[in-house]
Amino acid sequence: MKGPFGSPVLDTASRLLVPFMWLFAAYVLIHGHESPGGGFQAGVILAASVILLRLVRGARPGVVVSSHGALVMACVGPLIYGAIGLAALFFGGNFLDYGTLPLGLEAAETRAMGTLGIELGVTIGVAGVLVLIYDTLADWERREGADR
Amino acid sequence: MTAHLPILIVVVPLIAALLAPLVCRVSVRVTRLLTVLAPAVSLAASVAALRAALRDGPWHYQLGGWAPPWGIEYVVDPLGGSMATLVSLLATLVAVYAGDYLRRSSPLRAAVFDSLFLLLTAGLLGITLTGDLFNLYVFLEISSLAAYALLAAGGEQAVVAAFRYLLVGTIAATFYLLGLGYLYALTGTLNMGDLAQRLTEVPAGSAMNVGIVLIVVGLAIKMAVFPLHGWMPDAYTYAPPPVTMFIAAVMSKVSAYALVRVLFFVVPPTDAVHTILDVLGWVAAAGVLAGSVLALAQTDLRRMLAYSSVGQIGYVVLGLSIGNAAALTGALLHVAGHAVSKACLFGVVGGMPRTTVQAEMAGFAGAARRAPLAMAAFTVAALSLIGLPPTAGFFSKWYLLQGALEAGRWSLAVVLLLSSLLSAVYFFRVIERIYFAGDAAPTGEPIVSGPDRSLRLLAPILTLGAAVLLIGLLNGRLVAGVIRLALPE
Amino acid sequence: MSALGWGQLQYALSATLLLIGLYGMLVRTNLARKLMAMNVMQVAVIVFFVSLAVRTGGIAPIELERHDPAVADTEVAYANPLPHALMLTAIVVSVSTTGVALALLVRIHRRYGTLDESELLERLRE
Repeated sequence: MKGPFGSPVLDTASRLLVPFMWLFAAYVLIHGHESPGGGFQAGVILAASVILLRLVRGARPGVVVSSHGALVMACVGPLIYGAIGLAALFFGGNFLDYGTLPLGLEAAETRAMGTLGIELGVTIGVAGVLVLIYDTLADWERREGADR
Repeated sequence: MTAHLPILIVVVPLIAALLAPLVCRVSVRVTRLLTVLAPAVSLAASVAALRAALRDGPWHYQLGGWAPPWGIEYVVDPLGGSMATLVSLLATLVAVYAGDYLRRSSPLRAAVFDSLFLLLTAGLLGITLTGDLFNLYVFLEISSLAAYALLAAGGEQAVVAAFRYLLVGTIAATFYLLGLGYLYALTGTLNMGDLAQRLTEVPAGSAMNVGIVLIVVGLAIKMAVFPLHGWMPDAYTYAPPPVTMFIAAVMSKVSAYALVRVLFFVVPPTDAVHTILDVLGWVAAAGVLAGSVLALAQTDLRRMLAYSSVGQIGYVVLGLSIGNAAALTGALLHVAGHAVSKACLFGVVGGMPRTTVQAEMAGFAGAARRAPLAMAAFTVAALSLIGLPPTAGFFSKWYLLQGALEAGRWSLAVVLLLSSLLSAVYFFRVIERIYFAGDAAPTGEPIVSGPDRSLRLLAPILTLGAAVLLIGLLNGRLVAGVIRLALPE
Repeated sequence: MSALGWGQLQYALSATLLLIGLYGMLVRTNLARKLMAMNVMQVAVIVFFVSLAVRTGGIAPIELERHDPAVADTEVAYANPLPHALMLTAIVVSVSTTGVALALLVRIHRRYGTLDESELLERLRE
């Protein structure tokens, strides 16, 4: 797992798969409003694509996103969630009351857009966390040496 | 902004937890400041919300503008508000204390530690304020996961203890969730107020009883009620000092609060519930005695304090089981008093140099000369756990005793007195060694060593010691002004 | 009270999984096995909740109207979507707990070289 697999088949196959995985993750995220899906699932698919590349290309840091980048994602995602929730406070509603956000749409659509924003935050957060879990388990030795 | 206090109490530490790892790249001092300020903001908000609740009645705050039972609501009533105040007060003090422990770690490690600590705080505050049973489960798991990770930071032995705590804690949470499933299947709602109303209409049968028993067992494991306490001594002994200080003080109390909520505010007072409370009473009595006896046998001070906690949480459950106003008052007062005393005790023990702590009891010989102020606080907190006036522990045990005698439960009164005697034995052993024994074998430490050397360690410890005395001296006003209003009908 | 028949098979499944999980966590000494049993136990609760959501003649809780205009204004029975949403959260909790547990296991293994509980407890006391 530390070094790249060195197999052209795996390399090419993963290169073909990853863009479609991202597209599917975006579909799952946006369609989560009406069909099975939503933030968690999209985040997991995104993380799976990154972990696939890490498995194939080796533990070279920075494949798509570095460990530090994953930590940033894991923090920024829920912050987006919290920011949308808090923004509702400033427009007169309770926390997470996205009906009050001034998006200029009708009530149900505003809530739908607010939900989409929140789910986007969840996706980023979940993807970051899962990549971070993988990195922690796989690169333990290197991280331990650097962190002490 | 004041209209949104209930949610700010929980959200501010949560957002601070997310900001901490991002900010540490910019400045470590800002991260530390954030970690101390966030619980302080929650404390101020909790006090304000509690005062509003005492004045105007329970404050219902609906998330997302959705009314219950469709939406999740947060409820600040005297009970929840006072628990939130207690948790945020301890979180602020421990955040200050932890600065000393972290000063030698790398910035990222310290930031992650702070982030986990803030997550733990947010989770516990969420449990105290939520009005929805599933939301309680979510916050329970948030706080538990943060606790597992924080406990594991204490070294290699701590990792094993943390893993065992993880297994037991997950069993507990799963039982809670399963019990919740039963109650949801019966009534179709998860909101506490709505559930309370609908459960009275459900014919009493095995489904409701099984659901209640599962929830009670799950929460009892989290509280470390004897005999489900096995995870606790190892976890408290090997964890980093600020972590033990916070978790020992607060986690079992918040689970006890959840138990009070479920048993007295949600579930109807059927015969089955009375049976459950009776069984809990006997189990708690056994725990009180077992905890004191096991504590006597320990030589490691931290392990002794851990077993003492098992006994002390037994007092709270005893009070719940007896069920009359005096006993419940005693139980709630004991929650506050014990939280503050245990935090003080673990703070003092954790503040001593590593070599002292590992030398166990012998290492504390003559410690009063090396750390006079800290040891004074230790003594005050120990007296509170024994139950001597004018500390908080005396008054809470007084109320518990009064409740037991009023209800005619003589055996429980005897158990209370006996355990106080046992606590006196093992605490006086330590106090005598601290004050009257000669200095420990030379370990190369300078004479002024221990918590007194650092203000960051000393200030929280002294504040907690003072709080123990304050709660005791002001207990009349506390009981009349807050606790009597927090009691269930 | 209806007897336990073929219509309640999913509850029997949930109970069986719960007991298998508990057995694994309490009896097995290998920490990794305990972790797997923990996952099985959490799945049992998920199956329980999801089975609560089933309604007679109810379809999956996806709004049919949006996809098939022909059924507009007709009454469609949907299964209860709330337990599904709750269990999504429970799955996430399960994944996070597994993540933390695996990190702890890796650390234990690197330090002690064994994942056997009885051995570890002995060496812990030293």
